[in-house]
Amino acid sequence: MTVKDAGRAASADSLPLGGQPESAEFIQLLTPEGERVDHPDYPLEISAEEIRALYRDLVLVRRIDFEAIALQRQGELGIWASLLGQEAAQVGSGRALEPSDMAFPTYREHGVAWCRGLDPTKLLELFRGVSHGGWDPRAHNFHLYTIVIGSQTLHATGYAMGIQRDGAVGEDGEAVIAYFGDGATSQGDVNEAFIWASVTNAPVVFFCQNNQWAISEPLERQSRVPLYRRAQGFGFPGVRVDGNDVLACLAVTRKAMQAAREGQGPTLIEAFTYRMGAHTTTDDPTRYRLAAELETWKLKDPIERVKAYLVRNELADEKFFTDLDAESGQIGARIRKACQEMPDPNPLSIFDNVYAEPDALLESEREQYAAYLETFEEAVR
Amino acid sequence: MTRLTLSKALNEGLRKALENDPKVLIMGEDVGKLGGVFRVTDGLQKDFGEARVVDTPLAESGIIGTAIGLALRGYRPVCEIQFDGFVFPAFDQITTQLAKMRYRSRGLLGLPVVVRIPCGGGIGAVEHHSESPEALFTHTAGLRVVACGDPADAYAMIQLSVSSDDPVIFFEPKRRYWDRADVDTSGDLSSALPLDRARTVASGTDVTVLCYGPMVKTCAAAALAAENEGRSLEVIDLRSLSPLDTETIVESVRRTGRCVIAHEAPVTGGLGAEIAARITEECFYQLEAPVLRVGGFSTPYPPSKLEEHYLPDLDRVLDAVDRTFGY
Repeated sequence: MTVKDAGRAASADSLPLGGQPESAEFIQLLTPEGERVDHPDYPLEISAEEIRALYRDLVLVRRIDFEAIALQRQGELGIWASLLGQEAAQVGSGRALEPSDMAFPTYREHGVAWCRGLDPTKLLELFRGVSHGGWDPRAHNFHLYTIVIGSQTLHATGYAMGIQRDGAVGEDGEAVIAYFGDGATSQGDVNEAFIWASVTNAPVVFFCQNNQWAISEPLERQSRVPLYRRAQGFGFPGVRVDGNDVLACLAVTRKAMQAAREGQGPTLIEAFTYRMGAHTTTDDPTRYRLAAELETWKLKDPIERVKAYLVRNELADEKFFTDLDAESGQIGARIRKACQEMPDPNPLSIFDNVYAEPDALLESEREQYAAYLETFEEAVR
Repeated sequence: MTRLTLSKALNEGLRKALENDPKVLIMGEDVGKLGGVFRVTDGLQKDFGEARVVDTPLAESGIIGTAIGLALRGYRPVCEIQFDGFVFPAFDQITTQLAKMRYRSRGLLGLPVVVRIPCGGGIGAVEHHSESPEALFTHTAGLRVVACGDPADAYAMIQLSVSSDDPVIFFEPKRRYWDRADVDTSGDLSSALPLDRARTVASGTDVTVLCYGPMVKTCAAAALAAENEGRSLEVIDLRSLSPLDTETIVESVRRTGRCVIAHEAPVTGGLGAEIAARITEECFYQLEAPVLRVGGFSTPYPPSKLEEHYLPDLDRVLDAVDRTFGY
């Protein structure tokens, strides 16, 4: 009843419940078949070497993800949020950033982390339960993973407001990119971030990976219009890009970041992609979506199309692919070993870093707990 | 009697509530087809339809805010917040609106909304999935705050909560979801223990141990272990965290003269502090020792590799029991 009545409000612009039109108005520079296409607004000069480098990123990032899933299955990680299917969105946008730009990720941005030069074993620390995020965000201009849905979009906006105050907008300016998903667009925080960024003209790019699913909820539970169109109502441009096309993601993000750096304010990018795996390793997508949907998306695989392009145009020889295969195996083995050898944290580290300065209550709790643990060791002796 | 997990007992209780009252709705993220991430609402959308079991947008403030509107229109929404750490976007709606509507409308408007929150740690989860925020809600007048500790109680308490005319924050101990016990699903709830009463899990004479939610099982096990050492613990499952069943607590502590309060939440500013103060006021002359608290440290919840240290276990409960004899 309620659901049906709501349909009366549907305008010509809105969508029927049951699915978004899949490729309406999206920017594409490389088709699923591996054909290069041009777009007048997004000319992309890119060398064969650069495309090979992107291909390498995509392959290695998928390998890291694959290894992490295996590690979780074997009990080495508590949980893992797979990026399978979203490699192009993450590598394309990640490689569009300058070192001085700042990125605010969700908990699935392993591909962006890779592009920012973060050692993948640092990601495993978090999912193994050894730390809440063991890297220095300042060292890579890559913030800690944010698990509460959408919170980081406001942090990104505030950071961008700081860039404005530092006078770092303009030629050689800095900008911020905020990652989030389709589900997050329903959160108040994300909508507030849009408002703040808009009225302050902050140098921030909102990069939404629309992977079609918020755990079990399809996009139509969150929106009746394509997500990128929401930007218009907030007062800044929105664009939809083929999220499985690494070249398009690179070109579109580059342009939006450059606009932000130069003081032209925010852009919303909707990367239209697909979560090919489960939400996390604890999720079971067979309960809520059809296998046929996944099969359709496999035909649009973000990696296969780049390979097809490289092979067809003879831009990479067999040695390139076998070398990459070997490198991929080495990375897999390295992070596996690092994960298995990761020591448990010291129990007394629980009391560290609650405040900037030592605190009497915490110090007494630490001493008491150390003494308590000591009684067990004495019992063992 | 049927042998049910705590998760399934809640599911059966919700099913009963949906059957008994057409105004009852279920709302939350992934509660429909998926049946909730802990499967508490499994199969309910299939049987009661999408208008009564609603997969909501990912917006916790929206879940509670619209539930308030639905309640004003005569519905009885049962909202699921997917994890304890995700309740905070809804905190504003809960504390400024849900809790106060009866008071500010001078009794004209009640809001029979239930907010189910899986709580506590012990499942090896990442940040924001292991919190115990109950004291933030018990500090808010106008809310009933309850916690279930076992399947039979879960089955009864969820139904009592749905039929309550006050808003109820309903905590579910997530590390106990898969514990099994016999549950009587045949009769009505007329003989069930009221929602605002505590329940004595184990009778004893030496020390009163107060607990709720995930700690009920831990403390019951501690009582058995203590018995072997010749100590008799009286374990009380508080069930209702606000209002508190002070009568049951006071009666017990006056008999035993000693009290230990155990919860997963940080001890500092926790519910145990409130209870300890009440006991001191009511049982001052019967107390043989200060009321001791066992709980989380005054730190954020640690990474999961350290949670076994953070979460009070049987040994830490017994250690506190021992210390009450040191005075």
